[in-house]
Amino acid sequence: MKDYLLNIGRSTTTFFIYIGGLTRLGLETLFWTFAPPIKRNRIFEQAKKIGVDSLPVVSLVGLFIGIILALQTAYLMKKLSSEIYIASIIALSLTRELGPVLTALIVAGRSGAAITAEIGTMTVTEQVDALETLATNPVKYLVVPRFISLIFMLPILTAYANLIGIFGGYLIGVNRLNISSSMYITTTFHTLVNKDIVTGLIKAVFFGVIIALIACYEGLNTKGGAEGVGKSTTKSVVTSFIFIIIADCFFTALFYFFF
Amino acid sequence: MIEIKGISKRFNDYLVLDSLDLKVETGETKVIIGRSGCGKSVLLKHIVGLLQPDSGSVLVDGQDVSKLDDKKMSQFHMKIAMVFQGGALFDSLSVWENVGFVLREYSTLKEKEIRERVKESLSLVNMYNVEDKMPAELSGGMKKRVALARALCIRPQIILYDEPTTGVDPITADAINVLIDDLHDKLKVTSIVVTHDMRSAYKVADKIAMLYQGKIIAQGTPDEIRYTHDSVVRQFITGAAYGPITTPVGI
Repeated sequence: MKDYLLNIGRSTTTFFIYIGGLTRLGLETLFWTFAPPIKRNRIFEQAKKIGVDSLPVVSLVGLFIGIILALQTAYLMKKLSSEIYIASIIALSLTRELGPVLTALIVAGRSGAAITAEIGTMTVTEQVDALETLATNPVKYLVVPRFISLIFMLPILTAYANLIGIFGGYLIGVNRLNISSSMYITTTFHTLVNKDIVTGLIKAVFFGVIIALIACYEGLNTKGGAEGVGKSTTKSVVTSFIFIIIADCFFTALFYFFF
Repeated sequence: MIEIKGISKRFNDYLVLDSLDLKVETGETKVIIGRSGCGKSVLLKHIVGLLQPDSGSVLVDGQDVSKLDDKKMSQFHMKIAMVFQGGALFDSLSVWENVGFVLREYSTLKEKEIRERVKESLSLVNMYNVEDKMPAELSGGMKKRVALARALCIRPQIILYDEPTTGVDPITADAINVLIDDLHDKLKVTSIVVTHDMRSAYKVADKIAMLYQGKIIAQGTPDEIRYTHDSVVRQFITGAAYGPITTPVGI
């Protein structure tokens, strides 16, 4: 019993230390984001890596999710003879939920892991220490460009995934379920209101914050050579996934009850 | 002048530095010797401000390093440079971007002028036509020299070397020793060299200090250390497997 309580105590302490570390890094990042000089080329470089280079995988996943959603929804809607609602269901579920969450999970797995591995390697090979001795704050140099890129690129990628997913649903709806093209498009845009799109994009911004802070925090706290980099990278992806899902639940409830 | 006054540092239960005192005069090259893991690199990291002592203070030209704010620390880092054990070159940047890092970040010099300064710094360490190579394309010895060139590019008053000859062949090691000596003579910089390579220590040192069990247990000129009667120092400098360092207390 004593060991059990001790374990709970240790886990709780570790959790709060982790949250404290993330909060501290978040505040430092905010401070350095607005501190001059702002090097735009580093932000653009990261935006390309995180955003542009993610387009193929986001396109592929978005398209197939749209297709799968259309087929799964068609299964029920056919029974109810309400196939036309497929367009509405796909548009709403993608913009409000699946678009932001799936895009965030893809980016966490792809770019978040890459960020942790890169910064982690820099940490264990003393490159981060070298930055400090060269009068350069590691948060300003390493975290800020990735943070800014993620909070801008994730909503853009989400909007893009939404469009591609809707297109995937359109392909199935028009070609396999015999819904007319104009009817499908009209129903999609008639169903969607600004709130659906905006709440999804707001979620994406916060998911960007989560991925950036966790990936950079894990990278900066890497210890123990190549094995340590591997551990940090795994932890970064798993923790990001968990935090994204928890944050998604929180925002969905918030938007449902208050907006 | 660098003055270390009674600094202690503990990592978990392990006391790495134990009320350590050390003084390095301006323009002097002080070599700190000691076994691997005895805290030599930790000591250097305290001097450059990467670590904060649990107690005691590090004064560089009268300034307490642990009390510097971000702005003053940046100014401090413009006069002190550190050459890391593995070079710590930035993998994603080419040699010239590494060497000219500070100038590219903080100076208003144009790229052409920075490239000139980079070439000049590289020539001080006898490196030519490597500006556009990436760190991954360099050998261990070349990386160390490029790291030294990066340190020199800001024209520092103090240079800290962490194991400059570890992991390179004896000829490259001697070339690095000659470089450290030359830089000391030409640029009159204050240097602290951390090493367990006694050949290197005798070659570059004005004074040698031995770190053992968290304290400086002996200090002197290379000859004073070479002919010391202190059994601990003797065992270390002769590299004997048996002696007071390796014999547990009570046996």
